[in-house]
Amino acid sequence: MATTTEAKLGQTPGQGANPLVEGLERLPVHPTTLVIFGATGDLARRKLLPAIYNLAHEGALPERFNLIGSSRSEMSHEEFAEQAAEAIRQFSRRPADDQVLKVLLANMRYVAGTFDEDSVYDGLGELLDGFDQEAGQPLNRVFYLSTAPEFFPVIIEQLGNHGLNDHEGSDVRAVIEKPFGTTLEEARELNRRVLSVFAEKQLYRIDHYLGKETVQNLMAFRFANGLFEPVWNRNYIDRVEITAAEDLTIGTRAGYYDRAGALRDLVQNHMLQLLCNVAMEPPVHFEADEIRDEKVKVLRSVLKPTAETVDQIAVRAQYAAGTIGGEAVRGYLQEDGVPSDSNTETYAAIRLEIDNWRWAGVPFYLRTGKSLARKVTEIAITLKPVPHLAFQQEGSVGVRPNQLILTMQPNEGVSLSLGAKIPGTRMRIRPVNMEFLYGTSFMSQSPEAYERLILDAMRGDATLFTRNDEVEAQWEICDPIVQKWEATPGPLPQYEAGTQGPAEADKLLEHGARWRAI
Amino acid sequence: MATIDTVWRARDTKPGDIDAALRASLAQIHRDNAGYVPARVLNLVCVVDKQYSGEIANRLRRVGRYHPSRTIVCSVDPKRTTLDAVATIAAPSEVREGEIGLLRETVVVECGTQHLKNLDRIVDPLVVTDLLTCVWAPHGHGEAVDSLLDLSQIVLLDSVDEPDPAEALHRARDLSEQAYVVDLAWLRSTPWRERLAATFDPDTVRPELNTIDGITIRHHPESTAAALLLVGWLASRLGWRIDPLFAGRGGVLEGKVRARRQDVKVRLEPDAKQHVRGLAGLTISTASGRTYSLDRGPGGLRAHFENRRGETRDWTILGASRGEAGILGEGIRQALLRDGTYGPALACANGLLR
Repeated sequence: MATTTEAKLGQTPGQGANPLVEGLERLPVHPTTLVIFGATGDLARRKLLPAIYNLAHEGALPERFNLIGSSRSEMSHEEFAEQAAEAIRQFSRRPADDQVLKVLLANMRYVAGTFDEDSVYDGLGELLDGFDQEAGQPLNRVFYLSTAPEFFPVIIEQLGNHGLNDHEGSDVRAVIEKPFGTTLEEARELNRRVLSVFAEKQLYRIDHYLGKETVQNLMAFRFANGLFEPVWNRNYIDRVEITAAEDLTIGTRAGYYDRAGALRDLVQNHMLQLLCNVAMEPPVHFEADEIRDEKVKVLRSVLKPTAETVDQIAVRAQYAAGTIGGEAVRGYLQEDGVPSDSNTETYAAIRLEIDNWRWAGVPFYLRTGKSLARKVTEIAITLKPVPHLAFQQEGSVGVRPNQLILTMQPNEGVSLSLGAKIPGTRMRIRPVNMEFLYGTSFMSQSPEAYERLILDAMRGDATLFTRNDEVEAQWEICDPIVQKWEATPGPLPQYEAGTQGPAEADKLLEHGARWRAI
Repeated sequence: MATIDTVWRARDTKPGDIDAALRASLAQIHRDNAGYVPARVLNLVCVVDKQYSGEIANRLRRVGRYHPSRTIVCSVDPKRTTLDAVATIAAPSEVREGEIGLLRETVVVECGTQHLKNLDRIVDPLVVTDLLTCVWAPHGHGEAVDSLLDLSQIVLLDSVDEPDPAEALHRARDLSEQAYVVDLAWLRSTPWRERLAATFDPDTVRPELNTIDGITIRHHPESTAAALLLVGWLASRLGWRIDPLFAGRGGVLEGKVRARRQDVKVRLEPDAKQHVRGLAGLTISTASGRTYSLDRGPGGLRAHFENRRGETRDWTILGASRGEAGILGEGIRQALLRDGTYGPALACANGLLR
């Protein structure tokens, strides 16, 4: 006899959530046309175009997807597609599938011109409308500003002038690369100009560090494990050290680096984001604004440096000639393209305090530099020593405060140092490490940060992007240091390339603490 | 990536000896170079016919980055009465200073049919404790799978392996009651499910889910189970009432299921031109006279839309084929995730069969 089965899980469609998305790893993304300004530049070639190809390969792009490149160079659609194909073949993390690539390239167009020219935006408008017409529906539009920062306000205002900041029946978003300003004043001015054209919810300020799995794991580590939260405060934590060390020189980036310096390059954005991830309160929900609200609270709680305190809480230096990994390297001032009297720091270390209930009195040390002994990005959380020690220290390394190390690179993982008894008849203690390496426990390879961020921007998820008040709060911390350093003539302290950094950094440490070895 | 293999072999051996040999080898490798550390993700227990074990080994080699950390292959030679074993620890040939090299272990145990009923006694000492264990028996050996259910949390299967789709889906349902089932036939349909979800995702189109009045699925002639699972998925997500389908000419299955306001004609057609397992295409029609079709094509799925006025649109939805090795890799990855929609889809798919 025939039987009838009634499906129990089904929802009534058309009245809320899409019942077909449950259980799917990849949520639908609305059909989109992506416009890249600066489409022939280095970032687009090395990161954006390969990321888009990889999303296409995995079937993660929206079901209708078009790409328009724009930059100064004169070229045809076909020539741009050819250049894009070359970049994808060279820089994609997986070999390109010819058939997928062919279809992707078929939906690419190009508009040439300088970013202040009206014809660029007229051309874009025509192409965008054409794609909508072909699809029979208004497609979402994402404008990706992968240009030099001086063009950000120009492009944004031109988009507004040509009515491209809004489109009936679809969402329009703008993705803005870093740096978002080079001073607090610039950041505020840029925010003002950008927000006069786009609403904040349309804006996606990229800090690609936030797209890294390792940074996102920090939140999982803190908020998915009950073990650490009880000690995650000033009662148990003695200090926090955040290190982003590189063992490379500036290479060929003198033009950019000498204008930026270590503080702007890494501290103002990436390292303050790490600090926020360590210090923020748990958000009620894992949603963009709730997370960003918590981060802003942390940034606003940081005691702001003043012209008078900068010398006590910040140290800068430049690398001098030395050897890295057995190879001799030049000093910063001898690098091609660097003025011989440059005052740009290649090393920055700062001591910050977060003046709130959880963290009052706990120093947060941030340091970053080029040409250091090793490439490492980590957060070291040192707990307070035990109040009373029953063991004799004699004949052993002795008891050390527990240290929790969260490593972002090179080997993402967590390590906890513990005191353990040395085998033998005497009670002698030495520190041992309990280690967890992400690579041993997950099969998946982390996607490139840009893949995640481009997809999130197309989907409208701003969790991993920086909000206007967040950027300004970051600058409020760094700007007084930038101003003081710019007003103070050199020469800067030097540190030998391939070492731990300048001895001057030691003066930042309180209560006899020492920097963790890089 | 080039690897250095540490190999241990023994004839007429015992599981305890294999385990001891693995432990000793791992400790030695780590002592020689502290950068080598064992991966600890998943135990995969494969029960295979000895004559096809090479083919299975090849499939496992090609799963890309989704390697289980310890693979235990029980290679069944019907007449064998003793156990022979080869344990291999593969390490990347180069580990730069400051980096780690992941070790992956493979144990091949040659056993006989007589061992299958209590295969758990052989496998239990060999799995890494505290890791999830997944069982995969691509050549049947139901008895062996049953014996391993107590020590494993996941069963990997492929519903299209079984010639009779009804038997395949019943077996999957039975196993689902005891373990988490990862069905490769279900995973092959993921891009199709994603695209259907995307098609009906815009607020303006979503109400049309209520008006679907026909679905035709074209499939590889031996992949009826995959087509049934896709209809089962739609039925379970959209609350359709299921009636069994009827067998027509040429292996076609057809019939009607009931949506809230209308009947939905269902037709499952074998497509002789489809050379790879799984689905070849599908067409969904709605009461408003619209049809949405998806078919395999170069560079992705070829989409076709048509409305009552005869207006049409065609485009390609980008995506590369994962290939059979990619599907197996995806199966291994899915063993660590949980998809709550397979069970209800499977229940509905079973309901579509008499």
